Amino acid sequence: MNGWILAIAQTILLLLCAPLMTGWVRWVKCKLQSRQGAPPWQPYRDLFKLFKKEVVLAESASPIFRVAPYIVFSATVLAGSIVPMVAIGLPTSAIADVIVLVGFFALGRFFLALAGMDVGTAFGGMGSSREMTIASLAEPAMLMGIFTMAMTVHSTNLASMTRYLLEQPLQLYPSFVFSAMGLLLVAVAETGRIPIDNPATHLELTMVHEAMILEYTGRHLALMEWGAMLKLMIYGILLGDLFLPWGIADNLAPVALLIGLVSVFLKLFLLGISLAIMETGLAKMRFFRTPQYLGLAFILCLLGMLSHVILEIN
Amino acid sequence: MNYAQLPLAEQLILTLAAMILFTSFLLLAQTRIVSLIHTFAWQGVLLFLTTCLMAQSSGRYHLYISAGLTLALKVFFIPWQLRRLVIRLNIRRDIENVGGSSMIMIAGGALVIFSYYVALPIRELSELATRNTIAISLAVILLGMLMLITRRKAVSQVVGFMSMENGLFFAAVVSTYGMPMVVELGIAFDVLVAVILFGIFFFQIKAGIGSLDVDHLNRLHEVD
Repeated sequence: MNGWILAIAQTILLLLCAPLMTGWVRWVKCKLQSRQGAPPWQPYRDLFKLFKKEVVLAESASPIFRVAPYIVFSATVLAGSIVPMVAIGLPTSAIADVIVLVGFFALGRFFLALAGMDVGTAFGGMGSSREMTIASLAEPAMLMGIFTMAMTVHSTNLASMTRYLLEQPLQLYPSFVFSAMGLLLVAVAETGRIPIDNPATHLELTMVHEAMILEYTGRHLALMEWGAMLKLMIYGILLGDLFLPWGIADNLAPVALLIGLVSVFLKLFLLGISLAIMETGLAKMRFFRTPQYLGLAFILCLLGMLSHVILEIN
Repeated sequence: MNYAQLPLAEQLILTLAAMILFTSFLLLAQTRIVSLIHTFAWQGVLLFLTTCLMAQSSGRYHLYISAGLTLALKVFFIPWQLRRLVIRLNIRRDIENVGGSSMIMIAGGALVIFSYYVALPIRELSELATRNTIAISLAVILLGMLMLITRRKAVSQVVGFMSMENGLFFAAVVSTYGMPMVVELGIAFDVLVAVILFGIFFFQIKAGIGSLDVDHLNRLHEVD
């Protein structure tokens, strides 16, 4: 019972901290580009403002357009509840593994793409088509990377993967190096960050995520935006769990939980800085070069699996 | 022995071996000539680090000489020489279109699996903890060969050839702690002479057919 309360508290914490993460990345990026920048808590104000505004629907909008924000948001929240953030061994992470996580993201993306096409504007359809192109290339790479790790840790459950890595003394697995690089590339593509999609752009021909949610207003838009922020946060925590598992609480004692909380914030803090540096240094890629980028991610994950088979198994 | 029981230095050697394989794939995919040469230099750096680690962990200090040769030749001299040639031939900004790059990548992956199966019986003969890397070095050689086949420009073919040599050197280091010193010095000087000769050839080809694209060599010119 205690575990369930903690799991719900953890999910609520994830929900509440997601805008802060996005705001933090934006703020660091502004500072790096010598701009004043909105404070890191600006996304909270934006969301609050959007929730207060009334919803304006296009005349051609179908019910799918109306339910899509709720489905996208709740699928992302469910995905977030699987990922061990502060502690491992919570009941929510025991009922689903990482393949379900990928499935939740796919469900959210499906409805996002449907909603993009629903109203019938040119921008929405274009955005949906692009999103599905990216997703169809990113998903195999992500699964390949995760299977590579699962071969070493003998599990696809996130909590037991993290526990296995925590209990071992420091090891250097070649396959982990490769899947870390591959999953990083996939995470950047899936969360719509800079070499693939520019999160700061509106009304440009290159946008992907913004193009799909262009027709949304009010609380619908707020839910869509919040869902995207959550996704960034979830990917950050996922990478932290798999490649920097130190600090996460392996029991439910208050001290361990506190250490887990501090460590996850520290990891996300550093990840946000490195993401901002990367986004400042790189330019957005031409869309037709995306297959090359994701092909590199796939090759990295494939090499991870091959090097696991060749080098790590005797 | 289980992988998790190996000392950290040997795990690092294996990780570097995997990185060398990765640079081979990068060479295969790289289309810009200058970046190709830089990637080749990075492969040399990884090879140097692996050799140093092998020397340190096995206590065979003559490997440091091989490592030094690698650093001097494959990290500095050859890339520098190739870069100079590329600048003098004025092909710095050339982009080589590699046809069917994803097919080539899949072929590369298949070659890695093939070399794993070929190397399976060989690795039973060796006692070293790094014997698993024989498959990797074979794969590096085969990937260099694949690059020789798929590339059209003379410079990238030379880089492919050199990366094949890297694979051979790597195989010698990880399976038998390097070749005898005489052989190693001989190979090093061969490579050195080869690069200089290739340089002369580049100029000859460029003067003869006006391009470094070796496909032009298939056509006869007497008819017109």
